[in-house]
Amino acid sequence: MNAALLLEPFSYDYMLTAIWVSALVGGVCGLLSGFVTLKGWSLLGDALSHAVVPGVALAYLAGLPFALGAFTSGILAAAAMSFVKLKTPVREDAVIGVVFTAFFAFGLLLISLFPAALDLKGIILGNILAIAPEDVAQLVAISIACLAVVAVKWRDLLLFSFDPHQARVLGLPVRRLHYTLLILLSATTVAALQAVGAILVVAMLITPGATAYLLTNRFGKMLCLAAALGAVTAAAGAYASYFLDGATGGCIVVLQTLVFLGAFVFSPRHGLLAARRARRELCLVAPTPDPLSPP
Amino acid sequence: MSPAPLTLAAEGVAVTYPNGHTALRDATFALTGGTICALVGVNGSGKSTLFKALMGFVTPTAGRVTLGGESVRQAQRRGWVAYVPQTEEVDWTFPVNVHDVVMMGRYGHMNFLRIPRATDREAVAAALQRVGLWELRERQIGELSGGQKKRVFVARALAQQSRVILLDEPFTGVDVKTEEAIVALLRELRAEGRLILVSTHNLGSVPEFCDQVVLINRTVLACGPTAEVFTAANLARAFGGALRHFDLARSTVEAHDGRQVTVLTDDERPLVLGQGGHLEYLDRAAHEKLVAEREAQKPTGPAP
Repeated sequence: MNAALLLEPFSYDYMLTAIWVSALVGGVCGLLSGFVTLKGWSLLGDALSHAVVPGVALAYLAGLPFALGAFTSGILAAAAMSFVKLKTPVREDAVIGVVFTAFFAFGLLLISLFPAALDLKGIILGNILAIAPEDVAQLVAISIACLAVVAVKWRDLLLFSFDPHQARVLGLPVRRLHYTLLILLSATTVAALQAVGAILVVAMLITPGATAYLLTNRFGKMLCLAAALGAVTAAAGAYASYFLDGATGGCIVVLQTLVFLGAFVFSPRHGLLAARRARRELCLVAPTPDPLSPP
Repeated sequence: MSPAPLTLAAEGVAVTYPNGHTALRDATFALTGGTICALVGVNGSGKSTLFKALMGFVTPTAGRVTLGGESVRQAQRRGWVAYVPQTEEVDWTFPVNVHDVVMMGRYGHMNFLRIPRATDREAVAAALQRVGLWELRERQIGELSGGQKKRVFVARALAQQSRVILLDEPFTGVDVKTEEAIVALLRELRAEGRLILVSTHNLGSVPEFCDQVVLINRTVLACGPTAEVFTAANLARAFGGALRHFDLARSTVEAHDGRQVTVLTDDERPLVLGQGGHLEYLDRAAHEKLVAEREAQKPTGPAP
């Protein structure tokens, strides 16, 4: 009886689709989150995820693939940020804030102007359960393209993230690597939009990477771990949303946060318990008498 | 094994930043492999701008930099240039270990997938053994001591087997033992015909290990053998009033102290200039010929 209940979500096609698409998107986002957290691009990821909204709205209005609109919008926002940063002495975080809120506001305006054609809730909060087959095809194409690029270029991207000067001195195309990473980030943002919505995309692009960072100190392992965490939590979150009857995006991100908290407390290297243990050991060692001081 | 010596030349290099500030103008010098050359100047002298121009991080607004007749970009593609960053520039919390970092020096030798081959592993192992970090190869880089951190990046330059090595302030925050180890290593690399350029503000250590100096103050003031460039007159032009002096003639040091005066500093080595402003070295033993020459000239007692 219980087993039958637990297997119930798998008997619905829309749930099966939601689970495997979430897992795929979660995995790709997890992979990218390794770079985002180490490169310090968290704010940029947040900005891009909001900046794609007007693109999605326009694409739906024009009857174009949503991914095309979202991607164009994201790239335009990134270009606008670097242009404003280059031409003014305003600080980078302020520039990012100005540009992405402008894009997001424009998107909201469009949605409010055409309420019949556009689904505000779907864009902002995501709706993986009602995903259209052609959207699934777009997500799969984006995900596979991102996985392929990272599989081929991850070592170059690693050097670019760790030491861009060395990358340049070795004659690597640093500018091209920068744009590659930016495009990958935009593409995964677009992919995750359907699963968790514009507001929670950034969690998928940061939390798995941050969790993996606490658990390992090798970059390759960190990428694999972040991708695995992203995929498993996304699938489990989609599955759990069936029983909770709650938003899929919310379920996925809450689950990712719980895993992060687990790593935060129990990580063998960086966890709270490990730090406490290290302090205690230090205290046990410390009281040895100083040979120079009189007894 | 040793690559052919290379000539690094700057011809009339000028750099003006987008905000209109001209950091460097008409900088001209040339160096040929088999040398350790110091790039010396105060902060704001254009020293780091020149360093960046040599590494291709900034493009000269006039003039050009060539390595072995090629452009900087071309030379970098051929893997001729290695770079040892300042300790503060590195993200020490990054999840990479010592071996990973040194392997990054090998990227130029690998195919586009950057999968290490046996030769790459051998070069990394040799580099790590040479700087004495082989046993620590599994350590995350943040878990190293200050001197070890510096040596990781020297090992990366070694693994790269480049013909030119640029070091940015290599002795800042480094203990004397590490400094000596790095200097010994740089001397070996010089003997192999490599061109080593060290950006430094630590004047006193320059005569001890650099055979040439490029003196910078908004342009190249002087370039050549250390003993010729490091004179009181040149240093005054380069540093203006920015140096602290201890003039023995005006101090309380008296004739009866003779040569029994000890000079101590806490961190950096002192630079000592003799009568007339010529360079004095730390150890007589290494400079017997120079001492003999100066003995022969017989200076004429203390100036009135």
